[in-house]
Amino acid sequence: MKTERFEVYGGTMVIHLGEDLDHHNAVYIREMADGYVDKYPIDRIIFDFSGVEFMDSSGIGVVMGRYKQMSYVGGAVYVYGIGKNVDRIFQMSGLYKLVKQWNQAEVE
Amino acid sequence: MRRSSTNICEISFPALSENESFARMAVSAFVMPGNPTLEELSDIKTAISEAVTNAILHGYNQDGIGKVHMRFEREEDSFTFMVWDEGVGIENVEQAMEPLYTSRPELERSGMGFSFMEAFMDSLAVESEPGKGTKVTMTKSLGTNADASVCDE
Ligand SMILES: Nc1ncnc2c1ncn2[C@@H]1O[C@H](COP(=O)(O)OP(=O)(O)OP(=O)(O)O)[C@@H](O)[C@H]1O
Ligand SMILES: [Mg+2]
Repeated sequence: MKTERFEVYGGTMVIHLGEDLDHHNAVYIREMADGYVDKYPIDRIIFDFSGVEFMDSSGIGVVMGRYKQMSYVGGAVYVYGIGKNVDRIFQMSGLYKLVKQWNQAEVE
Repeated sequence: MRRSSTNICEISFPALSENESFARMAVSAFVMPGNPTLEELSDIKTAISEAVTNAILHGYNQDGIGKVHMRFEREEDSFTFMVWDEGVGIENVEQAMEPLYTSRPELERSGMGFSFMEAFMDSLAVESEPGKGTKVTMTKSLGTNADASVCDE
């Protein structure tokens, strides 16, 4: 079972999400992410969805919460690796309006 | 060819968030013999996850004591899924079911749970009484769209 991994490079935090993004895991991800945001001057959060097989409304809260934090400091939230199931949830909830697609070539 | 089949399954568990994944696995196992498409299976897992999370989080405030109940019924390709709790109940069900309404924004809830249950299932009914609890009943018939089944993919 894949679990979450967090990486911080300067002002960028990459959150490699685990297999399930439900309420149970959302609480953990939020606590970890908030810990890093408090500690480092992060203004860019990149969510790696490539390992996610299941996401429900709890995942929307995780992404929206990070989006609000990043907006507050003038930063942004990026996503990549979104599969079919997660894509439907993103479409239906309008999350694509808040996040950008992570594309290394474009950004760097 | 699908065999005609009837089945009923009831499960109860305490209001602990780790039981959310258990609930999804249980409903998958129940539905699999009906040969759902990948999309149908994903719809059902998501809807059950929403209902169970609501019972754990809102019904019992995750006290780890209150019991969440699920009852699944199958009549050939028609499935009924019930999830209920004996928790705090809902004062105004109509308001609770509105998209984006949440009573717990501080917990980063988005108020989309009922909207997903409605979108992913064929029907959704919510009964609730403050102080008594909440019961969600959802139905879904498999094979109503022309997608290939899990086994064909
Ligand atoms: N089993 C329940 N017991 C008590 N209140 C409930 C129950 N289910 C839902 N509610 C109430 O209905 C509201 C809306 O539920 P819904 O699932 O749509 O959104 P949410 O749980 O607040 O957020 P999300 O599901 O998007 O994370 C909840 O905020 C809560 O007030
Ligand atoms: Mg909910």
